[in-house]
Amino acid sequence: MSAATNETSLTGADIVLKALRDQGVEVIFGYPGGAVLPIYDALFQQNDIRHILVRHEQAALHAAEGYARSTGKVGVVLVTSGPGATNAVTGLTDALMDSIPIVCLSGQVATHLIGNDAFQECDTTGITRPCTKHNYLVKDVNNLARTLHEAFYVAKNGRPGPVVIDIPKDVQFAEGTYRSPADSMPKSYRPQVKPDLNRVEEAIDLLAKAKRPIFYVGGGVINAGPVASQLLTQFVRMTGYPCTTTLMGLGAYPASDRQWLGMLGMHGTYEANLAMHGCDVMVCIGARFDDRVTGKVSEFSPNSVKIHVDIDPSSINKNVRVDVPIVGDAAHVLEDMIRIWKARGKQPDKAALAEWWEQIEFWRARDCLRYDKTPKIIKPQYALERLRAAISGRDDVYITTEVGQHQMWAAQFLPFDKPNHWMTSGGLGTMGYGLPAAIGAQVAHPDALCIDVAGEASILMNIQEMATALQYRLPVKVFILNNQYMGMVRQWQELLHGGRYSESYSEALPDFVKLADAFGGVGLRATEVSQVDDVIAEMIKVKRPVIVDMCVDQKENCFPMIPGGRAHNEMLLGPDEKVENATPEDGMVLV
Amino acid sequence: MTARYAQSAPAIERHTISILVDNEPGVLARVIGLFSGRGYNIESLTVAEVDRDATLSRVTIVTSGTPMIIEQIKAQLGRLVPVHRVHDLTMEGPFVERETALVKVAGTGEKRVEALRLADVFKARVVDATITSFVFEITGQGEELDRFIGLMAELGLVGVSRTGVVAMSRGPGGI
Repeated sequence: MSAATNETSLTGADIVLKALRDQGVEVIFGYPGGAVLPIYDALFQQNDIRHILVRHEQAALHAAEGYARSTGKVGVVLVTSGPGATNAVTGLTDALMDSIPIVCLSGQVATHLIGNDAFQECDTTGITRPCTKHNYLVKDVNNLARTLHEAFYVAKNGRPGPVVIDIPKDVQFAEGTYRSPADSMPKSYRPQVKPDLNRVEEAIDLLAKAKRPIFYVGGGVINAGPVASQLLTQFVRMTGYPCTTTLMGLGAYPASDRQWLGMLGMHGTYEANLAMHGCDVMVCIGARFDDRVTGKVSEFSPNSVKIHVDIDPSSINKNVRVDVPIVGDAAHVLEDMIRIWKARGKQPDKAALAEWWEQIEFWRARDCLRYDKTPKIIKPQYALERLRAAISGRDDVYITTEVGQHQMWAAQFLPFDKPNHWMTSGGLGTMGYGLPAAIGAQVAHPDALCIDVAGEASILMNIQEMATALQYRLPVKVFILNNQYMGMVRQWQELLHGGRYSESYSEALPDFVKLADAFGGVGLRATEVSQVDDVIAEMIKVKRPVIVDMCVDQKENCFPMIPGGRAHNEMLLGPDEKVENATPEDGMVLV
Repeated sequence: MTARYAQSAPAIERHTISILVDNEPGVLARVIGLFSGRGYNIESLTVAEVDRDATLSRVTIVTSGTPMIIEQIKAQLGRLVPVHRVHDLTMEGPFVERETALVKVAGTGEKRVEALRLADVFKARVVDATITSFVFEITGQGEELDRFIGLMAELGLVGVSRTGVVAMSRGPGGI
């Protein structure tokens, strides 16, 4: 401690609140309990920080994720010990997999009781060690402020992620010294943000010489802030090269742009996947060669030189060997790339590029997202197309999803021209993510249109959060594509398990209109095509929480699809394609 | 242009990795959890505080895997928050490795004499003796310890306790 002016004696609970204020925190999501009562008491006696009471701790995490992803700030959560902490685990893992900055404070039993199997005791740091970027147990109130500030630093710097601080109840009561954020830097954690310029030069050389180049962009660009998306867009347009994004990268490059090929991967577009397969130079920026993206790794983009930009050195050469690794923040690297491209007077190979685009347009002409239009039955794709039409031109729309077919259709059919407007559980695939995430986004953007595109199975995993939406007058919209099946499970059972729909039919579904009503929201239903537009218009017009029960075709499957264990050039484009032998035997074990 | 990396069956390599970490609660659990969670091998692991003032500990891990896995292990270790430095001694030039074992042997007569004679050959010290037993302390390379313990197995071996490998680079430079 240097400056004596920094030193003020406060209780642990007050230190928590002061540290949160000094970190610029405006909102926290949480649920009280015995081991966090002192912090809740301190919260009660101040007005700077707003608390959103969720109905389940998992939802607190997802709401904080939605808040974080729609603002670029750190999401903050407060839960109690024992079950409060264990309920948080799914959300923490979700945030870890998708690199979302979260600080989660958990109460713990008093230090003298730790290890005694006390009431609502669990080994929170032990349980959350593998599902956090870092975690802390604070046993001395004098370390509390430093730990809190360090947690924020760790959560948002480098590859973002969730950080847990476990605070025993006696530490919350004890008096100790406060420290300012500037006084609390971690000793060892200094992630590299500026790239090795020699590598960037090498990458630019390869890019300029490329005949069939592609940009493959992931959520890392979104995590690097809006400036990274602007720089990416600038660079992609300068080069004239095609660009595809991952599920997490949607919005990093404007979807309305001709140079965007759509999402790639298992349910990505035909043109994006074939361009990845056939390219000669691939620039991966902030993506991690996930198995949903690569398909069969040994046949992934077999003839390309690969450049990989990532802030996390452990993402490089993890799944796919790359030729030019560049460790750094996406915005810094893109800035250097643009500068060097200009300084060296680089020009794309115009003739080769024209030929490449001709090939891509040929693939694009397959119109891989087309589906059979029906006069009466609502196709899920149709419902989303109408939703797209209804929200087009607005830049205050935030879309979240649950997990399954509806998630993939939302990714395929909804327009994402800007970063931070799309929130989905990509890595962990957490059903129940969407509604709390939409609540988090709505808290951050009270006047925006926040829509959770849901399935009727997923939504029931965190439906209790309707009460949260009502309590805080958050006009979130739950747009359920109701096909009465766990659709993605049913699709896999159809393709891989002989149509034996084991436990994937949702029997005894609630009446979602009445359910909305019971929560105090508005319920709307469409059962045929003619009602779709009216229901969507009404949903948008009503300034209250809405559940839309969009009763869609039960048998529709999500295409295109790369079956497990297949390569990018072995896509199924629609239900008419032979599904026998769709998946080789070694692919069966893949999820 | 073609990819620069050819696909061929990669060889399994043994690497000795030295990690400087903050000596704080849970740091060893983080390192071990990383190895178990991601399915990496640990052949041996040692840890002790090496700088009391700076509260730093050194962890020495002997692990094995393909070059890609070894690279992953180092990258994953490097991103643990309390980790200061990761050195792959196997990659960074010549280094020395040492391990210590305590070996208890019980017996009488010719076997007892032979055990003592072999201990002398291996430069093992007697750190405890009774009429019917010895505890030998032996320090050296792992294989040397293996050989000594193997011989003692014939001569009344009761039990072994080994430290695992500690290592340091040769020459004046840091670790």
